[in-house]
Amino acid sequence: MGIKWDEFFITGDPLILGSQIAIVLTMLGIVAGLTYLKRWKWLWREWLTTVDHKRIGIMYIISAVLMFFRGGMDGLLMKAQTSRPEMEFLTAQHYNEIFTTHGVIMILFMAMPFLIGLMNVVIPLQIGARDVAFPQLNALSFWLFFSGAMLFNVSFVIGGSPDAGWTSYFPLAGKEFSPGIGNNYYAVALQIAGIGTLLSGINFVVTILKMRTKGMTLMRMPMFSWTTLVTSIIIVAAFPIFTVALGLMTFDRLYGTHFFTLSGGGLDMLWANLFWLWGHPEVYIVALPAFGIFSEVIATFSRKSLFGYKSMVVSIVGIALLSMLVWVHHFYTMGAGAAVNSVFSITTMLIAVPTGVKMFNWLFTMRHGRIRTTTAMLWALAFVPCFVIGGVTGVMLAMGAADYQYHNTLFLVAHFHYVLIPGVVFAVFAGLYYWWPKMFGFLLNERLGKWHFWLFVIGFNVTFMPMFFLGLKGAVRRSYTFSVESGFSNLFLVSALGSVILAAGFAVFCYNIYWSLRHADRNITGDPWHARTLEWATASPVQPYNFAKLPVVDKLDAFWHMKKSDSPELTLQQTEIEEIHMPNNSGLPFVMGIIFGIAGFLLVFEWHLAAAVAAIGIFACLIVRSFDYNDGYHIHKAEVEQTEQAWRLREGEVNRYVG
Amino acid sequence: MSRFPIGHVLGFLFSLLLTFAAAGIALKTSLSFKTIMWIIGGLAVVQAGLQLTMFMHVNEGEDRHSQWINILYGVFLAVIIVAGSIWVMSFGGTHSH
Repeated sequence: MGIKWDEFFITGDPLILGSQIAIVLTMLGIVAGLTYLKRWKWLWREWLTTVDHKRIGIMYIISAVLMFFRGGMDGLLMKAQTSRPEMEFLTAQHYNEIFTTHGVIMILFMAMPFLIGLMNVVIPLQIGARDVAFPQLNALSFWLFFSGAMLFNVSFVIGGSPDAGWTSYFPLAGKEFSPGIGNNYYAVALQIAGIGTLLSGINFVVTILKMRTKGMTLMRMPMFSWTTLVTSIIIVAAFPIFTVALGLMTFDRLYGTHFFTLSGGGLDMLWANLFWLWGHPEVYIVALPAFGIFSEVIATFSRKSLFGYKSMVVSIVGIALLSMLVWVHHFYTMGAGAAVNSVFSITTMLIAVPTGVKMFNWLFTMRHGRIRTTTAMLWALAFVPCFVIGGVTGVMLAMGAADYQYHNTLFLVAHFHYVLIPGVVFAVFAGLYYWWPKMFGFLLNERLGKWHFWLFVIGFNVTFMPMFFLGLKGAVRRSYTFSVESGFSNLFLVSALGSVILAAGFAVFCYNIYWSLRHADRNITGDPWHARTLEWATASPVQPYNFAKLPVVDKLDAFWHMKKSDSPELTLQQTEIEEIHMPNNSGLPFVMGIIFGIAGFLLVFEWHLAAAVAAIGIFACLIVRSFDYNDGYHIHKAEVEQTEQAWRLREGEVNRYVG
Repeated sequence: MSRFPIGHVLGFLFSLLLTFAAAGIALKTSLSFKTIMWIIGGLAVVQAGLQLTMFMHVNEGEDRHSQWINILYGVFLAVIIVAGSIWVMSFGGTHSH
């Protein structure tokens, strides 16, 4: 089995020892706090068993912020290690583990859940629905993601982290070259989280296609709903490839098969091929919803309808199709030959066309608009130039012949950080500032938000801009140190200083949440930004049933036009109130998440029999669910009336109540 | 539906015809293995299309357009993933593993 039991807990590294102590203390603190405040039942009833899309979304976002912290710490450790030549802060092995977990966590456990969290909160509201199509499945998606994320995170204190890069290329990731269990965590934890993502994808496709409110045709959907629909379709198309690839990896590592090994007729580069067949669409899975967020934010704060709506939709669908056709550009240097590399160079450059169309649409939306520079809008404004740098360097990398020079250098690392940080991180921050009042009923502090914005954007540029030049000078990625003679010292130092500014920005963000939680004004209306789409046509925070009467839509930006024409859609009359059917809470998704986590953990340690026994629990849960005839409950008229009066009768509210 | 199900009967007959044609080509001819595979593979695709339209209601109901879009998208993905992988992993057909 290759497991050394005396190395079950990672020992001997003061950094990890510190983390272990911190984890134990935090867990004790949470348990003690919940017991002291008598909040265990509250936690179970209101959160762990919830099937409410808004609460599930909030749990996704909280997890994503925690994972952002974890991944960010990894980044800071790497920057500290490379801040000076020949630094002896981290060992080569520790550095390998850290860049691996940084990549996996930031993409799969930060970017994806952050976006899926925002989708969960916003999409049913934006299309005028009362929940997603399958609320309990939605909870299962979350708990599987959470279970996978926790399993992956536990690796650095128990058993050792994966160390073959976030791409885990074979043959390095195979048993021959990585005999420890670290890479088992990669195979198993990502599989569990991946099932959750796939279920989310299916859920949102069905929700958006089947649950739009009356009058909301596809071409009247807000742009974020469109990008979520297309993203979900890409998820359904691409994630099964990853499922299969991880399955084959698991067989190779645990059961001695030879799909990707060097010996026994395996094809090591087939892993790279399958990984990127999923991995490239994955880039668009995180980028498209982010584009949707920017579209909403820019339209709202320019006080204009989105420019070129139809061309935007065509671009998104075009990007979705092209995203499946470019995967080889991640491994041009495999040397597949001129024909293959040329075809993929061309398809890759083609993607710049629809992306460029979108970029101009955003610019033209702002043109002649009355722009308000709120924090959310600032993120969208900064996105434009930063993302263009990422995009243009992407076109440079797209040329197969030129890529032989750039490949595996920090130029590439700088490029994808310039794509993913403005393209995704700026977007989730914009989305969070924008939709925060919808989730919690108060605004995040704008002044602190601007500190957060400026520190983060400046820090980001100072961190990653030098990496372009380092890469052009020949600094390779994933190298834990460099010599004085290389001449890289100054740029590396600048980059490390930039990461400190970046971290300061994140710290201000955390403080902003704390400050706003304590001090922000709770007396806000349902529509604090004078926005355009239906999620603002209901209370902030949103009542459990979303809408007392489902809004009827007759054009794009429906809510904006309702406000302009003082539409009766905005008023609620007592006679319009009906009983509302709601799904019941369920503990099953949470329990399944735990069983998946346990089974996965046992599988990581190659205790096959115990893992199989735990897996029986998963099937037991499926059977229990099959015999679940509980079909929900009704919220009574009186309760709806009371809830609606409470927010609609508030001063300044555009949605009114008529008794 | 009280009318005689002429579509179903025709579909059934055509399916039988295509199946026997495939069996005949595989068992009764002396073509090369590769040719036989291509012919019966082609007949299988024709029969799949036939059954989709004759028996599986793909052209009926308000969802008929989206059903075709789904099928075409599925075919697109399958071709990209399978044929694309083979093409790339054989280095554009110049390299045999």
